[in-house]
Amino acid sequence: MITFTGITKRYPDGTIAVDDLDIEIPAGRTTVFVGPSGCGKTTSLRMINRMVEPTTGLITVEGQDIRDRDPAVLRRSIGYVIQQAGLFPHRTIVDNIATVPFLLGWGKPRARARARELMELVGLQPEQAKRYPHQLSGGQQQRVGVARALAADPPVLLMDEPFSAVDPVVRTSLQDELIRLQAELHKTIVFVTHDIDEAVKLGDSIAVFRPGGKLAQLDTPERLLANPVDSFVEGFIGYDRGVRRLSFFPARLLTPRTDTVVGDDVQAGRARELALRSGEPWLLVVDGERGPRGWVSTETLGAADPGTVVGSLDLVDYGHVFTVETDSLRAALDAAVLSPAGRAVGVDADGRVVGVVAQSELGSAIWSVGAEEAPTAEPVRSDG
Amino acid sequence: MGDQPLIRWDWIARNWDDPVGTRLLEHIQLALVPILIGLLIAVPLGVVCARWRWLYPSVFTGVNILYAVPSIALFFLLLPYTGFTQWTAIIPLSLYTLAILVPNVVDGLYQVPQHVRQAAIAMGFSPLRRLIQVELPIALPVAIAGLRVAAVATISMVSVASLVGLGGLGQLILTDGFRRQFPTPIIVGIVLSVLLAFLVDGLLVLMQRLLTPWTRGSERAARRTSAARREAGAGTTAPATDTGSRRAEAT
Repeated sequence: MITFTGITKRYPDGTIAVDDLDIEIPAGRTTVFVGPSGCGKTTSLRMINRMVEPTTGLITVEGQDIRDRDPAVLRRSIGYVIQQAGLFPHRTIVDNIATVPFLLGWGKPRARARARELMELVGLQPEQAKRYPHQLSGGQQQRVGVARALAADPPVLLMDEPFSAVDPVVRTSLQDELIRLQAELHKTIVFVTHDIDEAVKLGDSIAVFRPGGKLAQLDTPERLLANPVDSFVEGFIGYDRGVRRLSFFPARLLTPRTDTVVGDDVQAGRARELALRSGEPWLLVVDGERGPRGWVSTETLGAADPGTVVGSLDLVDYGHVFTVETDSLRAALDAAVLSPAGRAVGVDADGRVVGVVAQSELGSAIWSVGAEEAPTAEPVRSDG
Repeated sequence: MGDQPLIRWDWIARNWDDPVGTRLLEHIQLALVPILIGLLIAVPLGVVCARWRWLYPSVFTGVNILYAVPSIALFFLLLPYTGFTQWTAIIPLSLYTLAILVPNVVDGLYQVPQHVRQAAIAMGFSPLRRLIQVELPIALPVAIAGLRVAAVATISMVSVASLVGLGGLGQLILTDGFRRQFPTPIIVGIVLSVLLAFLVDGLLVLMQRLLTPWTRGSERAARRTSAARREAGAGTTAPATDTGSRRAEAT
């Protein structure tokens, strides 16, 4: 556990970077510091490994006052990942990763063996070991940065906007990778970002900082989205927080209807009867394996010869689907909004159609979760 | 110089060991010792200037003023104290190298990217270890580029020392050639001096390749480096340093 007690950082020119901060960072969890620039989040992070010294206050790591420890020695026990990776351009990938083991005086063979282990852990190829950083892509460099921070197996990992300099696709894969690593390693991670989506995706708890270095709110992502303490926090997390909050509710809460799903070998006349009976303007056509084929409208059915099978009619593309068992309400809503028929197609893990959810049904599901607490603090699957 | 042939090979053959060989060895010594002394002063001085940046403008002005003093004047100025020893040449030549070496060491250190320095601190390097294992190695390509300019400049300047009678290939040109209206020693002196400069420069290029394998075949890295230097060195870069930097990028 890391604790900040009455931490203030005042610079000689009078600027206050961090103002009387009290915060407890639980061990083995990911705590995200988020806020606009100049809110003191990076300064606070850097106080943990004494790269910045507070003007007043006390910081302890595992109960020990960090001022009692030699800064260089303290830092070797705390992993650090920086925005542009900060790799040493003159060292090979394997030696970059082995930096802290070298500093700790491990022998070269042992340090390098450990580095190669970590390369595998973060998804780098063994043949990249002897390359130099500039020969790697930005995303790969950042993987090296994470591996280097983990090399000496420190209990604490500080990450200072580590993924903000890479493109969105790479960022998403690095975030997913971090979630996977954390599930395995259970480090005490302090992660700084200005991106609230990243914070919601990665954090077990989120600390929102306001300009002037004050802590505005410390909460789980779900509670933060549900109950921002004031207009600053609400403005910072954005006006679509309601939609984002749906990521914390499983799509299982929905009851997909099956009476508007027809096989592609059904005759148009029969399908039209089904549609009329259900009162729905669209039917979903599925193949023999219950894989979705497309939407057919009642107009198309009415115009068609009653004897033809629906599979041979003009079908409208079904767009996105959501997986009922593992996706969130947010994914279901997304699928419905993007569907030409205004209805979301729910499938099982093998891609077989479970049923169809109309927007009205989604609406009532969303209504019912509006008031209640989310069943889980973790986002349902990583749909960021 | 009358109707003598430009080169008399028989003179070269007869005088190969002495004076040609002797003068060549003197020349090597008179050039290499100042370069080494220059390095020994420039590296710590550059480190200090990069660490305490407010010092750098005055140090930079200082080494440039020294460079502006005509060498021949400096030789005569030292003569009463050092006499006709090699130190009369070595001391001024060492001081001249500083005008090239110090800015290159400083520029090299300036271009260590801030995020690399931050990462080194955060990994738990002590300041000295960080300097030796991270900052100086990264500064090496620019420093060696400066060293190449300084080495060639010094090798050519040693010849001037001969005007004061301090030896070197200049002496061959002046005493054996010019005074006797005899072209062969002049040509031999010039050719050997140029060859020596080429050889030393080639050795330094080789040294850089061995010491900085990470810069090899990296156009991308070179572009990044030059951009970083333009940022860091704006306003304070001497013409001599610029030459050095451009060379660094070319290699």
